[in-house]
Amino acid sequence: MTLKQTPSQTIGPYFRYALTPESYGHLGIVNGNLLVPGIKGEKIRIAGRVFDGASKPMSDALVEIWQADAEGAYPPSAEPGKFSGFGRVETDKQGEFRFETVKPGAVPGRGNAWQAPHIAIILSARGMLGHVFTRLYFADETDANTQDPVLNTVPAERRKTLVATRGADGIYRFDIHVQGDEETVFFEV
Amino acid sequence: MSTNDDYNPRDWAIHPPYLDPSYKSTVLRSPRQKLIPLAQTVTETTGPQYDARHIGSLGPDLTKSARKNGEPLGERIVVEGRVLDENGRPVPNTLIEIWQANASGRYVHEVDQHDAPIDPNFLGSGRCVTDAEGRYSYITIKPGAYPWQNHHNAWRPAHIHYSLFGPSFATRLVTQMYFPGDPLLAYDPIYNTIPDPEARKRLICDFSMELTKPEWALGYTFDVVLRGRGATPMEN
Ligand SMILES: [Fe+3]
Repeated sequence: MTLKQTPSQTIGPYFRYALTPESYGHLGIVNGNLLVPGIKGEKIRIAGRVFDGASKPMSDALVEIWQADAEGAYPPSAEPGKFSGFGRVETDKQGEFRFETVKPGAVPGRGNAWQAPHIAIILSARGMLGHVFTRLYFADETDANTQDPVLNTVPAERRKTLVATRGADGIYRFDIHVQGDEETVFFEV
Repeated sequence: MSTNDDYNPRDWAIHPPYLDPSYKSTVLRSPRQKLIPLAQTVTETTGPQYDARHIGSLGPDLTKSARKNGEPLGERIVVEGRVLDENGRPVPNTLIEIWQANASGRYVHEVDQHDAPIDPNFLGSGRCVTDAEGRYSYITIKPGAYPWQNHHNAWRPAHIHYSLFGPSFATRLVTQMYFPGDPLLAYDPIYNTIPDPEARKRLICDFSMELTKPEWALGYTFDVVLRGRGATPMEN
């Protein structure tokens, strides 16, 4: 290697008018709605809250998701009007984020393995000097989750922090605890 | 999938740790469990790819995108640089999103309560895309320093925030660019959380007389290096 990585610095509290700028009269490159006309697959809603180590909601965090389509394919590029696989929202005053998307299909893993349907997440915020990587899995994919090579590297007692559960309202709930007894599993990617 | 597709790990001799109590907000916002190693899969080696079609109304000239009744106030600057990977290869066609305070050190953001004027002709955010050689450029106003609540008499050195994607979800980077000769750098906890002093200096742009445009704007250069892939194929 000839060059050294550029260091990360915190996203700070003031990214909204650049990264999620709708309230400033500009379109962001994306928002929390990944649905496009004619999209294939099961439409789902995801919601969750982000908490700090004192269990206080983090109301200035950026949540970004990256996922495959219903057939398990990642879009090679963001084509206007087509499913982009990418979404981002800022958490609100209650620390809550919401996405509307389709449930991703299973995607290949390393070697001959397959991965259970999942959504990759990057969380950035003031007070975080670099982003963290986590993953959202679906509680109703019991069999696939049991076989998932990444979930299986996570200590059994912490796996539940990666699994979204569907409420009576049909919404998949996925809270993120940056720190504390319920700390979400974060990955070294 | 061959391991040659993997991106090199984040270099923790370079990136700040999650917890550094000198930057107070990290105390409750840092994970305390060890990160769990994840062997990269197609989920991590692919990623959002946005290009010039997504620039929209926030373009590479920040002095133009919010004009109401005139030019924004402050020192006009041109920033140019390259986005490269660790092997020195250009990262082409990748979106860079930037944001900053105005010349008085005030952000447009409603949470910013600093007693300094908002500039009606300046928003402070923009987008640009690298070309085939990884080059990017944008035009803006040199941001001012601003106070924050971290400790008594805390001031952030002048900086411009950068958000980059690179070729994959694994290469995403959010960082800040600083300016040469800023006396506040020595006192800034955020800048000084970077463990390696040489790595810190790489976040400071260089003044460039060559890039400076007569009668118009000062020029600065700033390169960004994203994670590369481990295997370096032979080159002749
Ligand atoms: Fe800032």
